[in-house]
Amino acid sequence: MQRFRLIKDKILSKLMLVLTVLSVSIVLLIGIGLYYKSVPLLHQSSWGTLLTSSEWKPLKGLFGFFPFIMGTLWVTGIAIIIALPLCLLSSFYITEYAPSRIRKILVPFVNLLSGIPPVIFGVWGVLFIIPLIQNHIAPHFVEFSTGYSVLAGGIVLAVMIFPLVVSIVCEVLNTIPKELKEASLSLGATKWETIKKVSFRKATPGIIAATVLAISRAFGETIAVLMVCGNNAVVPHSVFDPGYPLPALIANNYGEMLSIPIYDSALMFAAFLLFIIILLFNIISRVILTRLERKLAG
Amino acid sequence: MTNNPHISVQHLNVQIGNQEILKDITINIPNKKVISIIGPSGCGKTTLLKSFNRLLDDTADVKITGKVLVDGENIYDPKAEVTHIRKKMGLLSQRPYPLPMSIYDNVAYGPRLHGKPKKTELDELVETQLKATGLWNEVKDRLHAPATRLSIGQQQRLCLARGLAVEPEIILGDESTSALDPVSTSIIEDLFIKLKEKYTIVLVTHILRQARRVSDYIIFVYMGRIIEFGPTEELLLNPKEELTKEYVKGYIS
Amino acid sequence: MIRRKIEENFFRVLMVLATVIVAGSFFLIVGTIFYKGVPFMNLDMITKIPGGGFYIGKEGGVLNAIVGSLYVAGGATILGLAISIPVAIFINMYLDGKNFIANSLRIAFDVLFGIPSIVYGAFGFLIMVYFGIKASLLGGIVAVTLLVIPILVRTLDEVIITVPKELRDASLSLGATRWEMSKVVLRQIRPGIFTAVLLSFGRAIGDVASVLFTAGFSDNIPTSLHQPAATLPLAIFFQLGSPVEEVQGRAYASALILTIVVLIITVLSSLLSKRFSKNKIQ
Repeated sequence: MQRFRLIKDKILSKLMLVLTVLSVSIVLLIGIGLYYKSVPLLHQSSWGTLLTSSEWKPLKGLFGFFPFIMGTLWVTGIAIIIALPLCLLSSFYITEYAPSRIRKILVPFVNLLSGIPPVIFGVWGVLFIIPLIQNHIAPHFVEFSTGYSVLAGGIVLAVMIFPLVVSIVCEVLNTIPKELKEASLSLGATKWETIKKVSFRKATPGIIAATVLAISRAFGETIAVLMVCGNNAVVPHSVFDPGYPLPALIANNYGEMLSIPIYDSALMFAAFLLFIIILLFNIISRVILTRLERKLAG
Repeated sequence: MTNNPHISVQHLNVQIGNQEILKDITINIPNKKVISIIGPSGCGKTTLLKSFNRLLDDTADVKITGKVLVDGENIYDPKAEVTHIRKKMGLLSQRPYPLPMSIYDNVAYGPRLHGKPKKTELDELVETQLKATGLWNEVKDRLHAPATRLSIGQQQRLCLARGLAVEPEIILGDESTSALDPVSTSIIEDLFIKLKEKYTIVLVTHILRQARRVSDYIIFVYMGRIIEFGPTEELLLNPKEELTKEYVKGYIS
Repeated sequence: MIRRKIEENFFRVLMVLATVIVAGSFFLIVGTIFYKGVPFMNLDMITKIPGGGFYIGKEGGVLNAIVGSLYVAGGATILGLAISIPVAIFINMYLDGKNFIANSLRIAFDVLFGIPSIVYGAFGFLIMVYFGIKASLLGGIVAVTLLVIPILVRTLDEVIITVPKELRDASLSLGATRWEMSKVVLRQIRPGIFTAVLLSFGRAIGDVASVLFTAGFSDNIPTSLHQPAATLPLAIFFQLGSPVEEVQGRAYASALILTIVVLIITVLSSLLSKRFSKNKIQ
């Protein structure tokens, strides 16, 4: 009996070890799998051409990813520019100013927002943001815009990353010792001066980590962006131009990818690119956040 | 006791949530003396200290009634300027909390808030305050190093210099030596005694020996009320109230 | 002094405005979805499959997508749980939970959590090609399982940490093996497991990019794992692009259904986790 129990424990522990190793190695498997599939494309063209060429003619075997990379950068950039100041200000409000009653109402809404699926953000973008840009914003700046633009993609993405940034920044701000703020206040600083010169500075690593995480989230977001940003394979030159981010490229063309040679390889290369960039960004921000946590604990 | 009290508390009540922390506090704090507030932990002594520069304002669900007059002005008057009140008082907390910037910038932080001093004025001021806290010789070669590189004792003296740089009238100390080693503690205590020539100093402490060493007067607080207030030796050696007697006996004997 | 006061008030107003925008965006989105979706909502929508093809047919509802979503999200959550519970136990009970390897594993799962669903979709597609599986319910479940494993592992991990160490030590000192102790711990964290299930289900039911290549799409309710299956988010995405007004209406109604389902799940899970964190303090 005793021996049976011990053997059972041993076997189960080995089994768990295998499962753990397997599930963690998904990261590696994804990387290897996607790279393996990109090899045919990489045999045909060099990294340099793939990343800098703007010629996207799958039927002729020309795969230049530059417009898609630029599309991704435009959309992500706009999203961060909109979301970061708003999120910082509201995080400061939530942690430093809001009476506890209001805070108790606010935080659940931020949580609810994070639960809404991407496709719903996309529908909202189509129904609300697109007409807003087409009829009310774009006419002030350009002659004509359908509304489907990198700006629309950026706005929708910005709203999607609100909860992520707000929750991390609030968490970081809450770890700043009250006494540090009191030190500044007791020297006669106003609350805002204390936020600007003390809290902000103290929270900078956390804010950077949150931003990096938000960027990587924005890079990979597919469906919501695809639905609103126009999907035109040219490099955008203004916020009202349509763009075609990498994830949208993959999602839109999976249907044909097996019927044109090398096309599947090109799309898997796009997925590989996304994967590598996002992996790097995630590791960076997670390491910053874990260090921060450990520093505060110790 | 004194002709012109520096801080005059009148019927102060502080309630946080459903809990009454301070009940009907009335006391006059004399000018240019060291006053210690003693009492068991949780008795409200830190709350009393923080009520002097309105640091309780941001506490959740706090209700404050009564008056605190500083230089004859009620600081809880709705028209009172909170930053102005706080500038009058330097706070030294339990552990040193240097601001996330250099040694120099820590001292210059306050003066920069309240005006745009010239570089030379600022240099001079930083030097004066660092000298006043005996830190100058230890840090003069690394003024622009992060303040967190200093030892804990040095950090606490830096915090004191930072507080003095805004030219306060009152220094509030909240168990300011509890995180320090004996040598740093005695340096800080000596500073307090030296500084009372220019400032009124109110200290919260749970170490009776420290209260005896540095203070002229002692306030004994128990369960949110002031039980006894009097000159140090008299209160410690000859307490009038039964509660004070027991408390003092429990610690000094 | 006046300048400082103006600055203070200016930024205070700015902060309130920013908070109104951030919190208000939630109402704007849900409001838009309700405003557009409610007029198209009727009983047919949740009881019938689309008539005459989902893209042009004007009749029927989206029952195929509702059932498909439940199958995919349910299947992936069950499969994910079967993998994640042992992993979470291994990290905490067999690896001591605090050492370098355990923390590195946590970071690894955090990183996996950050990988976008389109990449999981593409990878799922590769697996399917490799094993010769066609786009089907099975394919969708596999891809979504990959997506939810990190969520499940991290949530379970955070819950297991809250179990007092004394409880583990007590059961170990009675001569229990680590596995027997783990069973005690699992019983202790049942509400936490439920929270993890809800979170995973909520994420699984809303995701498009992972099922886009892997689950296919069908007007019918799948009757086996090898048939293609529709899901709600896909139904929304495809039908929104239709030129037929009734079909677009079906997309709005589907969006409404999905939003309500997800909101209920989110509220439930946050209520549960609040209760659980209360237990933690005690």
